[in-house]
Amino acid sequence: MNDDYQSIFADGLWHNNVVLAQMLALCPLMAVTTTATNGLGMGLATTGVLLTANIVIAACRNLITQEVRIPVFVLLIAALVSLADMAINAWLHDLYKVLGLFVPLIVVNCAVLGRAEAFASKRAVSASAADGLAMGLGYTLALVAIGGCREVLGSGTLFAHASLLLGDSFAFLEMTLISNYKGFLLMLLPPGGFLVLGFCWPASGCWSGGGNRRWRNGLTRSRPNRNGRRPWLETARK
Amino acid sequence: MSWFPASAPHAHAPDSVPRIMGLVLAAAAPALFCGVALFGWPALNLLLVTVITCLLCEAACLRLGGKPPRLFLGDGSAALTGVLLAMSLPPWAPWWVGAVGGVFAIVVGKQVFGGIGQNLFNPAMLARVMLLVSFPVEMTLWLEPRPLFSSQAPGFLEGLAITFGGIPNIDAVSGATVLSHLRTELGLSRELGQILPGRYQPGLAGVGWTGGSAGETSDLLILFGGLWLLWRRAITWQIPVAMLLAVLVLSGGLHLADPRRFAGPEVHLLSGGLMLGAFFIATDPVTSPTTKLGQLIFGAGCGALIYIIRVWGGYPEGVAFAVVLMNAATPLIDHYARPRIYGRTWRGQSRPVPERAKHRAVGSGETE
Repeated sequence: MNDDYQSIFADGLWHNNVVLAQMLALCPLMAVTTTATNGLGMGLATTGVLLTANIVIAACRNLITQEVRIPVFVLLIAALVSLADMAINAWLHDLYKVLGLFVPLIVVNCAVLGRAEAFASKRAVSASAADGLAMGLGYTLALVAIGGCREVLGSGTLFAHASLLLGDSFAFLEMTLISNYKGFLLMLLPPGGFLVLGFCWPASGCWSGGGNRRWRNGLTRSRPNRNGRRPWLETARK
Repeated sequence: MSWFPASAPHAHAPDSVPRIMGLVLAAAAPALFCGVALFGWPALNLLLVTVITCLLCEAACLRLGGKPPRLFLGDGSAALTGVLLAMSLPPWAPWWVGAVGGVFAIVVGKQVFGGIGQNLFNPAMLARVMLLVSFPVEMTLWLEPRPLFSSQAPGFLEGLAITFGGIPNIDAVSGATVLSHLRTELGLSRELGQILPGRYQPGLAGVGWTGGSAGETSDLLILFGGLWLLWRRAITWQIPVAMLLAVLVLSGGLHLADPRRFAGPEVHLLSGGLMLGAFFIATDPVTSPTTKLGQLIFGAGCGALIYIIRVWGGYPEGVAFAVVLMNAATPLIDHYARPRIYGRTWRGQSRPVPERAKHRAVGSGETE
């Protein structure tokens, strides 16, 4: 196994993105992405947990026996999440009021345990740290993109209340794209999360191009078959 | 795909998608004209907006999917979705309600699933539910009938201004439908005897002279259209009859039990979108069960849900919710309401050979 950082980052950010390719950690995604700011906050919190969890687990990987690895991983992750929970409560209390319940729930975020099992338990500390960071940033990217779409469609703003998360110097991020917007309530409700995610998957596949490994067999654009005919046309004309 | 014709007898099926869609459009036309006549130019503008949006979205999706637009646009299914959507919207709704609804109906309700024949939910009803959840204010703006060319009705330019610019004086024109009035007043714990007289005349409501969505008010014309569809065999009787019977039985029974709280069957049958739903929406062949038993279950479920939502639910009217919920149950109904296989019992086992036939077989073997 070579520790090729470039490919680790390419995988984490795009090709093997937690949301767009692995389709993991969708529950917190549906819950918090009503605004891009919430998505950013949740993404950064998860990134912190992923990074530290990967480092700790990679460091302990030779001490943990195969039989008890999952409970040990869960305990380690739970300890780290408790730390993150208390840290956000102490230093970013406004964000804590928004994210509230969802920060402790990073414990059961399948992406964290998934990376621990699939990567950190087998690789060196440095590579695991890179993987945790890349996966976390990829997750943040997806959360911000989906949160941004839902926010623009749902309430006509972008990065509302960003100054609460990042400090007053980032108040310039808060944008009102559509003034006097009536509000599109569905996008802020859970169905909006499913709808936007449903459109984001094929959109990311198109972005990657036809040869992308993720969507090689994905979009069913009808192409002529070997005989130069389009099979659906035959049935339609039948 | 090679196609070998089986041997005779051949079933002849003159029905094609464009023909069925044309029949349904023709059957819906009288009720639609009645709606336009009652609510004026804005209703016609809204109809044009939804139909054009649906056709444009259909064409764009077909192009994206690499299918020939002409073949699929020509079948009339997208136009029918637009018409049914317009019929279920408040007649003076702003243009963007119709446009958003049209995009949602075709893109999310139909083409995402793979286009015509593949959709899980009725596209028009899915769009209506989405609009009602998203824009509660615009979607509950009802008004009393003001016939075209009467003194109260807006002129053509005023109609354009209402659809594309907004209603100038909303409070002056809006009025509750019978069902929403009923709901508000019952919520104030008043009795039916005080609520309905003066507000509601079954005869006028049945002809269409009442507030409501653009195409749902004239139960009589919808009934004629529906019966014509039945006669032309574009739809089967199971779904409409089961749906109306379920509402009739539930409302009749509860009205007999407590006439002060529960409105009678004539109010429920002749108000809101029940008639339109029963004949034009729930009978969509794609999203309803295939077997006769399944269609009866589907219709009864729709009717029961409509009554439950109207009486105990959060909204005064529930046709769209009921139809979409039963659409979701359609695969399950289809799974359980399968017809018996010929020569087998309902459980799928071979039918036992009758004793007489056994004796005959044994006897014939033993003859010398």
